[in-house]
Amino acid sequence: AASEKKLLEVKLGELPSWILMRDFTPSGIAGAFQRGYYRYYNKYVNVKKGSIAGLSMVLAAYVFLNYCRSYKELKHERLRKYH
Amino acid sequence: MNENLFTSFITPMILGLPLVTLIVLFPSLLFPTSNRLVSNRFVTLQQWMLQLVSKQMMSIHNSKGQTWTLMLMSLILFIGSTNLLGLLPHSFTPTTQLSMNLGMAIPLWAGAVITGFRNKTKASLAHFLPQGTPTPLIPMLVIIETISLFIQPMALAVRLTANITAGHLLIHLIGGATLALMSISTTTALITFTILILLTILEFAVAMIQAYVFTLLVSLYLHDNT
Repeated sequence: AASEKKLLEVKLGELPSWILMRDFTPSGIAGAFQRGYYRYYNKYVNVKKGSIAGLSMVLAAYVFLNYCRSYKELKHERLRKYH
Repeated sequence: MNENLFTSFITPMILGLPLVTLIVLFPSLLFPTSNRLVSNRFVTLQQWMLQLVSKQMMSIHNSKGQTWTLMLMSLILFIGSTNLLGLLPHSFTPTTQLSMNLGMAIPLWAGAVITGFRNKTKASLAHFLPQGTPTPLIPMLVIIETISLFIQPMALAVRLTANITAGHLLIHLIGGATLALMSISTTTALITFTILILLTILEFAVAMIQAYVFTLLVSLYLHDNT
């Protein structure tokens, strides 16, 4: 059965049923965000000799997301003959 | 060029939903808490910095004023972090919006003034008349002091907005000038680039100084009134 398997162990044919089995309630989604946050935090920040990389990866992702958000206005500023 | 100079200041929405809420909440992710005595480097650094700032800022207050420590420390952290995050490319700075700065300044100032009026009414009213004024000048001076009192929250908000917005605009303009000058004359472009570097250093300083000034002034208003 495709229940309770991690994503990398799910076969392609079982993928739709696996996705539908996930918990999409608000508390489920909140739990997913919480787990993701702690996964990152415990891997890169909450270690004995944490480096600047833990913070800069977050800031780089922030810059990238803001770029995606403002792409619509930014594409008019490219150096092109026809916009 | 005029329109896209100001597009970085419009409230970010995505499909009609306010994205600005997420952007305002984002700095809270960068300040993790820890209950341990010896935590990781990130948390230790932040705790050390916070202790330094709170000692420096709250030592002038009496015990009644020191109940505001949490509020003022959150304030300086929030303004400092949002200003510094706004220096990253393409990001949105919430403190450029006058609405938000007014929302921070007016309640804090009003809280300090009303605390003063409730607990030390005579002393608060006495603030309206400096010591040793000649008698004929008294009515005028009371009016002037009232105006200067009511302008405090406006000045707090507008100071922060204007400083941060002006800095961002200057960076945009000089950056655009550097790009445009590169094809015309490389030396001038290099000079403009140096100006841009210096400006960015200034903006880092301004980001933190503005946070400090805002909090310091609120704490001064508090000191007057406790």
